[in-house]
Amino acid sequence: MTEFNTRDLVTILPELVFLGSIGAILIVDLFIKPSQRIVTHVLSILALAVTAGFVWSAAPAERVTAFGGMFVVDMIATTLKLAVLLTTALALVYGRHYMQERKLLVGEFYLLILFATLGMLLLVSAGNLVTAYLGLELLALSSYALVALNRDSAIAAEAAIKYFVLGALASGMLLYGMSMVYGATGTLDLARIVAATPDVQHPNLLAVGVVFIVVGVAFKLGAVPFHMWLPDVYHGAPTAVTTFIGSAPKLAAFGLAYRLLEDGLGGMSPHWSQMLAILAVLSLAVGNLFAIAQTNLKRMLAYSTISHVGFLLLGFVGATPAGYAAAMFYAVAYALTAVVAFGMIALLARAGFEADEIDDFKGLNQRSPWYAAVMATIMFSLAGVPPLFGFFAKLLVLKSAVDAGYLWLAIVAIVFAIVGLFYYLRVVKVMYFDDAIEGGTLVLPADRPLRWVLSVNGIALLGLGFASGPLFAWCNRAFGL
Amino acid sequence: MISEYFPVLLFLAVAAVIGIALLVLGNVLGPKKAVAEKLAPYECGFEAFEDARMRFDVRYYLVAILFILFDLEVAFLIPWAVVFEDVGLPALVAMGIFLLILTVGFIYEWKKGALEWE
Amino acid sequence: MTISKTLLLVIVLAPLFGAVLAGLFGRQIGRVGAHTVTIGGVALSCALSFVVLYQLVWGGAATFNENVYTWFEIGRYSAHVGFLIDKLTAMMMVVVTFVSLLVHLYTIGYMHEDDGYQRFFSYISLFTFSMLMLVMGNNFLQLFFGWEAVGLVSYLLIGFWFKRPTAIFANMKAFLVNRVGDFGFLLGIAGVLLWFGGSLDYATVFAYAQDPSNEMGARTVELIAGHPWHVATIVGICLFIGAMGKSAQVPLHIWLPDSMEGPTPISALIHAATMVTAGIFMVARMSPIFELSDTALSFILIIGATGALFTGLIGVVQNDIKRVVAYSTLSQLGYMTVALGASAYAAGVFHLMTHAFFKALLFLGAGSVIIAMHHEQDMRHMGGLRKYMPITWITMWIGSLALAGAPGFAGFFSKDAIIEAVGESHRFGSGYAYACVLIGVFVTALYTFRSLYMTFHGKERFVVDAHDAHGHGHDDAHHDDHGHHEPGHLAHAPHESPWVVTVPLMLLAIPSIVIGFLTIGPMLFGSYFDGVIFVREANDVLGELGRNFHGAGGMILHGLQTAPFWLALAGFAVATYIWLFNPSIAAWFAKTFRPLQTLLMNKYYADDVSQAVFSKGGIALGRGLWKAGDVAVIDGAIVNGSAGLVARLAGAVRRLQSGYLYHYAFAMILGLILLLGGLWWGVTRMAA
Repeated sequence: MTEFNTRDLVTILPELVFLGSIGAILIVDLFIKPSQRIVTHVLSILALAVTAGFVWSAAPAERVTAFGGMFVVDMIATTLKLAVLLTTALALVYGRHYMQERKLLVGEFYLLILFATLGMLLLVSAGNLVTAYLGLELLALSSYALVALNRDSAIAAEAAIKYFVLGALASGMLLYGMSMVYGATGTLDLARIVAATPDVQHPNLLAVGVVFIVVGVAFKLGAVPFHMWLPDVYHGAPTAVTTFIGSAPKLAAFGLAYRLLEDGLGGMSPHWSQMLAILAVLSLAVGNLFAIAQTNLKRMLAYSTISHVGFLLLGFVGATPAGYAAAMFYAVAYALTAVVAFGMIALLARAGFEADEIDDFKGLNQRSPWYAAVMATIMFSLAGVPPLFGFFAKLLVLKSAVDAGYLWLAIVAIVFAIVGLFYYLRVVKVMYFDDAIEGGTLVLPADRPLRWVLSVNGIALLGLGFASGPLFAWCNRAFGL
Repeated sequence: MISEYFPVLLFLAVAAVIGIALLVLGNVLGPKKAVAEKLAPYECGFEAFEDARMRFDVRYYLVAILFILFDLEVAFLIPWAVVFEDVGLPALVAMGIFLLILTVGFIYEWKKGALEWE
Repeated sequence: MTISKTLLLVIVLAPLFGAVLAGLFGRQIGRVGAHTVTIGGVALSCALSFVVLYQLVWGGAATFNENVYTWFEIGRYSAHVGFLIDKLTAMMMVVVTFVSLLVHLYTIGYMHEDDGYQRFFSYISLFTFSMLMLVMGNNFLQLFFGWEAVGLVSYLLIGFWFKRPTAIFANMKAFLVNRVGDFGFLLGIAGVLLWFGGSLDYATVFAYAQDPSNEMGARTVELIAGHPWHVATIVGICLFIGAMGKSAQVPLHIWLPDSMEGPTPISALIHAATMVTAGIFMVARMSPIFELSDTALSFILIIGATGALFTGLIGVVQNDIKRVVAYSTLSQLGYMTVALGASAYAAGVFHLMTHAFFKALLFLGAGSVIIAMHHEQDMRHMGGLRKYMPITWITMWIGSLALAGAPGFAGFFSKDAIIEAVGESHRFGSGYAYACVLIGVFVTALYTFRSLYMTFHGKERFVVDAHDAHGHGHDDAHHDDHGHHEPGHLAHAPHESPWVVTVPLMLLAIPSIVIGFLTIGPMLFGSYFDGVIFVREANDVLGELGRNFHGAGGMILHGLQTAPFWLALAGFAVATYIWLFNPSIAAWFAKTFRPLQTLLMNKYYADDVSQAVFSKGGIALGRGLWKAGDVAVIDGAIVNGSAGLVARLAGAVRRLQSGYLYHYAFAMILGLILLLGGLWWGVTRMAA
């Protein structure tokens, strides 16, 4: 064990600042009236911004560890943290109006999201199985409570209990896997695990441990067949919560997968890359095919998430830095697209009207050409139509899979991407070619930041498509390419 | 070899004697004014024998969880206090952060009324 | 001296900035704000374009070829935004921004009562941006982007008055015809990527094409087994098909006359001076590729010559003042194409430049007449306008003389150079082309002066209805709402247009006179295009001409003794006699040669043929496909099938996603077992 010193505290300064801010917000929120919740809102976004500032300015050029390797800060962690903080802030902006209309805008909405975010920051910086588990549980426990925020809703409660029980099961499997890895290598430190891998006494024990860890990671990502919770949770949770759960945690899940599988179990990549390839195919198939049958937009997006996870995994199968870079690009692209997709639902929803059925978008173009265009951009980006952001994300992971020798997998992915076009285009079709259903008048919220930020976010999908070169170069640099 | 286990045997014997003695003494010397509650195996405010799926006041959980939280705090504090001189200032800072978090949580539960029974 | 990258970025982005501001915040900044920002942007970019031209020509600056932004890199291939600024580009930039600036100014007067004022300014600034992207690009991808972007803006502007059904029909037509061209263009670009060194950067592709060791001129490919084709021919013809769409070459010319449904400033800027010449520019830019294939050049020569003569003939029978100018544009584009086909690329580009000035002048002049006539465009209801609008009259005369090729005027030099270059050429089809362009001179003079006389001279063929003159503001800009006026009846007398209209006319009149005289020496026979346009030794017709060239003055003197001058004079004389002194001849001629008249009035039935072949054929094909494909495959298999599929899927989803927690947990355990089983299988196989 290395010496416990103050430099370690400096390394985790962004997290400490964030934690301090959360504590302060918690106390402030206790002493304000519910009508003044805007204070909590602004403070939360401020806290995210300040933390992002610390993350950015404290970003080390080289990989730095603290607490004897428990905590790692490198460019991957920095990138993921910035993306997580940004996505969370977007989710908060999009969710406020929705929660307010439903009298759900409680302080806990903000606090739980902030604690979950703290968990994600910790998770992507994990240098040790314990740190990873700690971050994961902080994220997971906060998420369970968030889903159940609307205590009067039966489906929300059902979703929360399913999420909790299955999450506990997955956590158990993950822990079990970790214990086997510990048993085989004798250490919890990821760097030492990878160093010890070539000459472990019981390689099969380690391999079984890898299987369990893959299951835990796959659950977090939502890969088939560990995806069952996803549609129910996305559907059951209040849309504002789905906006959060559906976006930023995917980045954290990427971080978890990378830290555990590459940083820790990189030596076992021949084993887990095969498993991930299977999971990728299943996810692509189930995600895209099941999405077609959905009438609820949130459920459809949940299945779409599953298919995107399949794409994300394409970056992992090669176990090369180029593949990880592509997968990270994909995760960032997906998070920024998903957050605005759910944000659109939150935008159109109002008291007593959820706007989460695909039919609710009928004739949107007649009612609001601008938001119809934004929604169409989002759908096209999710579908991967050039030159939008999502197209480049897909292109890069496909290329990495081909380079890694998984041509068959790339072909499967392309086929399912084409199948996927069907349900994305259906949303576009109902917006532009169908007449609005009776009584579905459009009342846009007066929440100006919501409308502006959402519009910018939507257009950015196009702009980022054009800026994808530098972004991808950034991701490549993070992986030392 | 076997003689090494003699203290264990002695311990068992003493334990048995004391246990039996206490029970006998209690039975012989104690006053016996039996009521229904006193005859029940556990005295905890609930009927001992009824449907297990009964309604249970959620406040019990709340108190229990809060109790565990502050209980564990002590479990962290004692080892730290024991090696305090060796771990020095950074550990003091770390423990300060820990206690601060706990205090914030305490303020939260107090202000939210989690400590009020009614 | 080097050209600064910042300078170039400002040139490109200034119009875009104006367009965005006027387009998105038009309501906030108002009309004055909209035209101020857009004109400011274009003026800035025009001034800087002149700076760039100055630096290149007089400052001795080197050619600028740099990427400014990397869009994406996929493996070996990378897509860039970059600029290639040589003298050809600089000339195009100056022409585009200068004409655009004047058109912006003119628009203030022309559109001032239109509701879509800000929208219009936003579009034309956006057009300027797109056109600059097109000409300044250093790779095919950017060229294609600019190509499509100018097409899009053109499409939006033809349909600017979207409440008129004819405008909607016209923009549909422009859109569809251009898709045909774009398809060829895309194939051409794909061919370049495939065969010319695997890159889309001009510099790499041209170097590859010219490198003798690659023998690109002789390389063949068998698209159909047993029929080897030269790749240069395939690529050249495909690229040229793109140019045919954009530059309105026969038979893809049919969209251009209809595009006159758009507001007149657009006709001047897009459909005469700049966008339609993009095809000419592109072929000149690609000269290293086209030079490899005599077949492709012959194809270009014949298509161009056909357009030059036969579309000009249609112009003789048109009565709509804008349509006459439109057919004249088609004919002149034919001339430019002929020059390209004869390997006289410089002459084509030179004509492009002179034509941009005098044709913009003619269009804007026609617009000025249209304003004066309260949006009456039929020349049969005009006449004698010269005393009402002297400035327009004089400038139109200048433009007409330039167009007809009067010695000394801009058009004379460029057109004569083309004709002589074709005369020197020995390529297949050059005899036909030579005949076409010679007769074309006569025809040009004929329709040019015809329209001039019908508009400005002779008797007034309109009536001023004094009784309701007070009821109208002059010039109700939207003109679709004056059905209450009989044709040829005006609310009040025509009068000269405001200064924002006449100043651009005067500014365009100056280059229409002098630009040819000043620039022919360096551009055609000097070193202006050295290193920019590549011509093989054997094809160098301009070099041949250059040996007999003794200055612009000498060319005028020489021109007086050659056939084109006398043909033009003959055309002028005939037009003067018929339409100024003895209009009955025209009627007699029309009656005597009725079939010819009918043929021309119906534009050789090109529209009808293309509608019959493409539209009707398309409908028939569509119906066939509908019966075979739609009903059977789509309705049967895809729609009903997909509905069935959705239903089946929904059933599967319901079974699999049952909602029961224990099912979910069971699935996870199964997944775990699956992975463990896979692992076990893998381990045992590895051990075996």
